[in-house]
Amino acid sequence: MKRFLVLSLAAAMLFAASAALAQTKVISITQIVEHPALDNARKGFMDGLKEAGVDAKFNVHIAQGNSATNVQIAGQMLDEKPNLVLAIATPGAQVCAQKIKDIPVLFTAVSDPVGAGLVKSMQAPGGNLTGMTDMPPVDKQIELIKTILPKTATVGIVYNAGEANSVSQVNAVKAAAAPLNIKIVEATVANSGGVYQAAKSLVGKCDAVYIPLDNTVVSAFESLVKVCDENKLPLFSSDNESVGKGAIAALAVDYYAMGKQTAAMGKKILDGAKPADLPVESLKNLDIHLNLKAAKAQGVTIPEAVVAKAVKKFE
Amino acid sequence: MSFYAFIGALEQGLVYGLMVLGVYLTFRILDFPDLTVDGSLPLGAAVSSVCIGAGMDPYLSLLPATLAGFCAGAVTGLLNTRLKILHLLASILTMIALYSINIRIMGRPNFTLLGKTTVLDSLTAFGLPSSLAGTCLFAAFTVCAALALIWFTRTELGQAMLATGDNPRMITALGVNTGNMIVLGVGLSNALVALCGALVAQNQGAADVNMGVGTIVAGLASVIIGETLLGQGRISRMIIAAVLGSVAYRLAIALALGVKLGEFSFSPSDLNLITAFIVVTALTAPRLKRKMAR
Repeated sequence: MKRFLVLSLAAAMLFAASAALAQTKVISITQIVEHPALDNARKGFMDGLKEAGVDAKFNVHIAQGNSATNVQIAGQMLDEKPNLVLAIATPGAQVCAQKIKDIPVLFTAVSDPVGAGLVKSMQAPGGNLTGMTDMPPVDKQIELIKTILPKTATVGIVYNAGEANSVSQVNAVKAAAAPLNIKIVEATVANSGGVYQAAKSLVGKCDAVYIPLDNTVVSAFESLVKVCDENKLPLFSSDNESVGKGAIAALAVDYYAMGKQTAAMGKKILDGAKPADLPVESLKNLDIHLNLKAAKAQGVTIPEAVVAKAVKKFE
Repeated sequence: MSFYAFIGALEQGLVYGLMVLGVYLTFRILDFPDLTVDGSLPLGAAVSSVCIGAGMDPYLSLLPATLAGFCAGAVTGLLNTRLKILHLLASILTMIALYSINIRIMGRPNFTLLGKTTVLDSLTAFGLPSSLAGTCLFAAFTVCAALALIWFTRTELGQAMLATGDNPRMITALGVNTGNMIVLGVGLSNALVALCGALVAQNQGAADVNMGVGTIVAGLASVIIGETLLGQGRISRMIIAAVLGSVAYRLAIALALGVKLGEFSFSPSDLNLITAFIVVTALTAPRLKRKMAR
């Protein structure tokens, strides 16, 4: 009797264990390099799936910026026989598109999925890949400038013409500004040292200055703030970090939130949806960050309606 | 190690074997530390990808890519020999210039080849599984390049190049222009590196301006690991060692990627540390072996 009890107990435990195992989803993640934005996207994805009640085992791989390792990781992930692959940033996603054919692949933090060859179109991806783009919502950013400063007729932009990402953003800004009757004045820099000079060249030529996601300019943001404060020239950025440094406002992509939204797409795929049928998404909820001190220094009064919507305020 | 990981490492080791042969040529034969490779690898990738994008045959696109690599290396050689800029600095200058040039060539920092015909498609069309196609094709390329290099070192020109690295004073006395030898040698080296870049881009589905980062580290590590495995010897043996070293280096990384020791497991961010450890081990192994023997 005792033996029977032990045996049945063991059998029950084994059954429970195997049932639990059957529910555990294996998810392999590849990320080209460690970087705060990309790390946050990964954390958001993992937290998002956990909150959605998915019992997942994550295998995280980071290529340390190395192209060969990036390819080797794709092979490693095939071995792990995952239910889903997440590729963070463009290079990892491209290798997955080339090497992984039978496993659904999600990508996130990819600026231009069509240009990168990952999907046929944003609406109908077509293959076994879909995901999210992190292209800054420049149209909404220009609208925010217009809301805060309704009289804006000319906007100055400082950017590095050598950054492909900035060039495409500036083109998007021009397209968004035209219907609002806003003229764009460009000042390009070759390196961070040129930012101060470029900012000065805009004084008197525009009603506000807007900075796209440009690594060169953002790394010398303080010199922009100095010029704008001295000349009462309102300064707007496209990333939250720069608001803390002295821009008046930004309407920006939060990578953690993007990871969570990617997780919601992942849940759909784990539940049986086909990546080919899931359109590429961009971030639904954008956060407004405000710097009221900077607004005062640059002679701007922010409308109450915008202040009420702000997620974070520097005073 | 599992099948995919093993084949993946073999494939990467063989395709980067071309690059390692290039690094061997400058580093060991010419005694010329050449950092141009970090820029000429994406240069080959960029040229080949843009040509394929314009409708060129993928095999044919390897020619302009290789030629572009030769030119890049020759520029480094000329900066060093004609303008008397220190070799290390000359190669760094070419490397940073190539960053801008590569973006110019592609028109953007990343040029996709997804959905385009590549060199691998002709093999998979024969029914070879895609996981093996790369390994077979790259093995053919690298073996041919190694044989060509062995043949070259036995020609009069090759002998003059060997002597340029070994004993420049003696070879100048014999009437050979060491400057020309350096320009030719660095050019040939970067031609191999660019060919490697072109094949890598076609294998991974895109050329990226940042894909060359760390090429020189992988190249030197592979050369040294190869020397540790096969020991110093004749040139032909050293050239084979370079290719073996490249494969061994990628196998070591594949092992490091999959390693788990009970409760302890490496974090993905430890990979660079593990890589450094592998190279240090390879560097010190011969000395340890000698000490043990004594």
